[in-house]
Amino acid sequence: MIETFFQSLFLRYNYYMAVIIMLIGLYAMIAKSNLIKKIIGLNIFQTAIFLFYISSSEVTGGTAPILMSDPGTVYVNPLPHVLILTAIVVAVSTTAVALALIIRIYETYGTIEEDELLVQEEKT
Amino acid sequence: MEVTSFVPALAVAIPAIASILILVFRHHECIREGWTVIASFATLATVLSLLPSVLSGNEPGFTLLEILPGLSISFRADAFALIFALTSSSLWVMNSFYSIGYMRAHKEHGLTRYFFCFAVAISAALGIAFSADLLTMFIFYEILTLSTYPLVVHAETEDARRAGRKYIAYLLTAGIFFLFSVLVTYFLTRGTAFLPGGILTGHGSEALLTLLFITFLIGFAKAAWMPLHSWLPTAMIAPTPVSALLHAVAVVKAGVFGIARVAFYIFGIDLLSVLRLGLLLGIIASFTIIVASMMALTQDNLKKRLAYSTISQLSYILLGIALLTPSGIIAALIHIPFHAFMKITLFFAAGSVIIMTGIENISEMKGIGRQMPLTMLMFAIGAIGICGLPPVCGIITKWYLALGAIEAHQMLFLLVIISSSILNVLYFMPIIYTAFFEKPAEDRGIREAPLFMLVPLCITGIGSVLLFFFPDWPFMSLVKIAVGVITGEVIP
Amino acid sequence: MIPDHLTILIVIIPLLGAYTTLLAGWVKRRFCFPIAMVTICIQFCISLALLYQVMKTGPLHYNLGNWLPPWGIEYVIDPLNGFVLVVLLFLSLLCCMYSKRSIVAEIEEKKIVGFYTVFLLLVAGVCGIAVTGDLFNLYVFLEISSLAAYALVASGREKKALFASFNYLIMGSVSACFILIGIGHLYIATGTLNMADLARLLPPLYGSPLIQSAFIFFIVGLSIKTALFPLHLWLPDAYSYAPSAVSALIATVMSKMGVYALIRILFTVFTPAFIIMEIPIMELFCWIAAIAIIVGSVLAITQTDLKMMLAYSSISQMGYILLGIGIANSVAMTGGILHILNHAVMKGCLFMVAGAIIYATGLRTIDDLKGISRTMPLTAAAFFIAAASMIGIPPTVGFMSKWFIALGALESGQWFFVVIILASSLLTAIYFWRVFEYMYFREPDMARQAAVAGANDPPASMLVPILILAAACILCGIFVAVPLEVIEPSVTRLLGGN
Repeated sequence: MIETFFQSLFLRYNYYMAVIIMLIGLYAMIAKSNLIKKIIGLNIFQTAIFLFYISSSEVTGGTAPILMSDPGTVYVNPLPHVLILTAIVVAVSTTAVALALIIRIYETYGTIEEDELLVQEEKT
Repeated sequence: MEVTSFVPALAVAIPAIASILILVFRHHECIREGWTVIASFATLATVLSLLPSVLSGNEPGFTLLEILPGLSISFRADAFALIFALTSSSLWVMNSFYSIGYMRAHKEHGLTRYFFCFAVAISAALGIAFSADLLTMFIFYEILTLSTYPLVVHAETEDARRAGRKYIAYLLTAGIFFLFSVLVTYFLTRGTAFLPGGILTGHGSEALLTLLFITFLIGFAKAAWMPLHSWLPTAMIAPTPVSALLHAVAVVKAGVFGIARVAFYIFGIDLLSVLRLGLLLGIIASFTIIVASMMALTQDNLKKRLAYSTISQLSYILLGIALLTPSGIIAALIHIPFHAFMKITLFFAAGSVIIMTGIENISEMKGIGRQMPLTMLMFAIGAIGICGLPPVCGIITKWYLALGAIEAHQMLFLLVIISSSILNVLYFMPIIYTAFFEKPAEDRGIREAPLFMLVPLCITGIGSVLLFFFPDWPFMSLVKIAVGVITGEVIP
Repeated sequence: MIPDHLTILIVIIPLLGAYTTLLAGWVKRRFCFPIAMVTICIQFCISLALLYQVMKTGPLHYNLGNWLPPWGIEYVIDPLNGFVLVVLLFLSLLCCMYSKRSIVAEIEEKKIVGFYTVFLLLVAGVCGIAVTGDLFNLYVFLEISSLAAYALVASGREKKALFASFNYLIMGSVSACFILIGIGHLYIATGTLNMADLARLLPPLYGSPLIQSAFIFFIVGLSIKTALFPLHLWLPDAYSYAPSAVSALIATVMSKMGVYALIRILFTVFTPAFIIMEIPIMELFCWIAAIAIIVGSVLAITQTDLKMMLAYSSISQMGYILLGIGIANSVAMTGGILHILNHAVMKGCLFMVAGAIIYATGLRTIDDLKGISRTMPLTAAAFFIAAASMIGIPPTVGFMSKWFIALGALESGQWFFVVIILASSLLTAIYFWRVFEYMYFREPDMARQAAVAGANDPPASMLVPILILAAACILCGIFVAVPLEVIEPSVTRLLGGN
């Protein structure tokens, strides 16, 4: 049992790293009261997923998927890269919308600390 | 015999169309009320036009649309349905005139809403009468609940709103139980159509069917059986014409009518007696008859006393159903129109007194019979009828009910009938005594009510007497056909 | 030529419409509304044509750029998404029409161009979700529509909407990330993203933890999107502080899209064999849905703000849809999918009425609605019809879906859920009846008298959508056979028959 665990830890350490980064992001999103830090947490979370995808496409000894003359060439899987390009676009847009919202929140409330915002909301 | 005919649906549609016309002409008082009167006559004529065909044994009807196999919206006018429909529509004519007189004399507000809801309620009552399956009945049952709520809250006072909340809470909850029952019936049989002899035989376990019958009973809380009665006295806060037609005839009769429909056309007599559900219903009914009569004794408010009397009388119908014998069923069915005629007379009289004197309590009615002799005479006729004395139609019910109890070998129920008659006398005679034989405190210049109110009152009062002499036309004939269909026996 | 490409046009047209709106808005602001209307009108017609085609000839497949699936992206239209498309575009159309006057008071004038642009982007995203047969494509469209929704929620003058929108964004992004992880798992396991292909390749792998964890990620992600209790916390604020037209739009269109995606993932990708046989997840679903139904209703009863009450009621109503799906027999599924239509119609109507009252009087708490029926009779009547439908009073639509779901529960022997459904009708009655009594049978308070007395039914562009939806509440109930004709084949397909 433990042996298989360690085996997988060393063979698939990339996935474990992704999970750890993901959790760091999630922690920031939940625990930080500054809205910008929350968004940074979201970005970390998303980045972890990107790493997860990209590392899954790795083929041992593989090369960049550009057509070679040698028929024996091993390529890494290109599709996850393509997907992640799209996902990055999505992540960037999300960040942009979130930052725009934060600017407006700052304009209206004069703060971007969540606890202060909640206090102000209760007053109104 | 089934005949395709749109006439039953037409009878439902006429008041519905009238309700829209009432809304359209809301700014013209006379036209608006004119529509009510015209619609009431048209509805009565439509229902009457069904009579010859039904009396000759036909069952005109049709299916409006089929939602799923076995689940449809369909109408059928059999003799059974016609009893209720004819009662409601003929009394609506009387009540339209009475309403106009009452509401004008009372200078009530919100008359458009009043007449609109009234027409919708009548349409729903006729829909319940003519529905050929449970789903259709359920739809109209809910519409009836919704449309009568604004009438109960009509005064828009805090009391009225509280009464309205109670009313709607009771009846919507009941509606949920009804829905549950319809659902289970459909689940068991894949059908909801009313068939003589019932459709449930051979489906479901005994326990389930017993549960189903109980949920049906709760669903028909409109029948005001105890302990689900307390919405009815509360609803008396409504204007008197509403209490008269809806809470003595259309709504509560829809409840007992529904129970009868379900008992005979969904369960069937055989299944009920096998499951001993007749006994259950009989005990509930007996309890209600006695307790409600006693509670009527304690009420000083005239309308409340009449309400408790209604609760007790409705259970006569339930008791008749519970006996499961031909005479018992005759008593149950014939009591639907008879009680309606008598009770509406009583309410009309009570309403006239309220309008002309402002008195609502019996203790204040000293000598009112001398000032409004005709009104109180009619009241006396109604009261005598409810007590079961000749020459008013009420005795016919009691006769058949007693006969049914003997046929069923249920002497206990016979005892209930007799003791309740005594209670009826006890709670009605003081009113008549106070009204006629005690001296009024002072002469307040009280006159009879305006003709708009007096004439309908006299017609229903005299009608109650005529029904004693000529019960056959048309109600008893219809009842005999219906009982023949239900029991499969030929009723002489 | 064109008819073959209708499938893709339904996504392309609103995208083009969005940019046209933006450009036209530079020239003149008032061009925006007609362009948006025309765009959605065209889409609606296309969706009808597609549904007709699907019903006649069976599912339509469209290969994007002529790349064959499973390599290329495939768009598939079967009865289910044909139906969902028609419903959603119908609602979008009415919301768009409604927004013309309702946003005047709620959105700053210079933002109107942006409003309609984003509106069309949301519609594009939603249509994309409906038509796509590719998982990653689904994710992208889900994000397009969600981003548009965040922006729309925050577009109004209401201060609280900003923070509500931010919370919505955080929750929405987390859910999207979960879905992305789920997609990643499936891709790693099978090497394909095409739904039909996945459904073919997955069965041998059902036991693998990879697939099961993918499934969990999907469920959690989509539950957040559909605001399934207890992941509903973002919903009430977002729905109630958004501008009224947006409330109506996201409460009907966006929430239904989440449900649609959930159904697709559950039944088309994972197939009933997996969700019913392999993991007894549906049982769990039913219980969560039942809790959502009751808790949503109870929370709705405690609300004092009309839009807030409607938002909580949405949580309860989503529970109905999920309960229908969770019971997973054909009758209950029919009820659940029918409730997608019904809830869209009813809730759209109710949110529009709430918006109309705010438009006419500026009042939004339930206490302030006293006597409103006298000055806004048609609006109040529409509210009554839609509320009656929510309670489930026949012959309205709400009754029919409750009937099917309850019957389905009976057929699978789960009597408890029947009781839940019926009990929640009563709870629904409680919170709507209070509003109804205030509207019809009370005099306005002294302080509100001027506002109530001065009110009128809203202008035609707002009133017409309200009345159309109110009429639909009754008509769809009476002629329920029409939607059933489409729903029944889609349920059969979902449950694995032909």
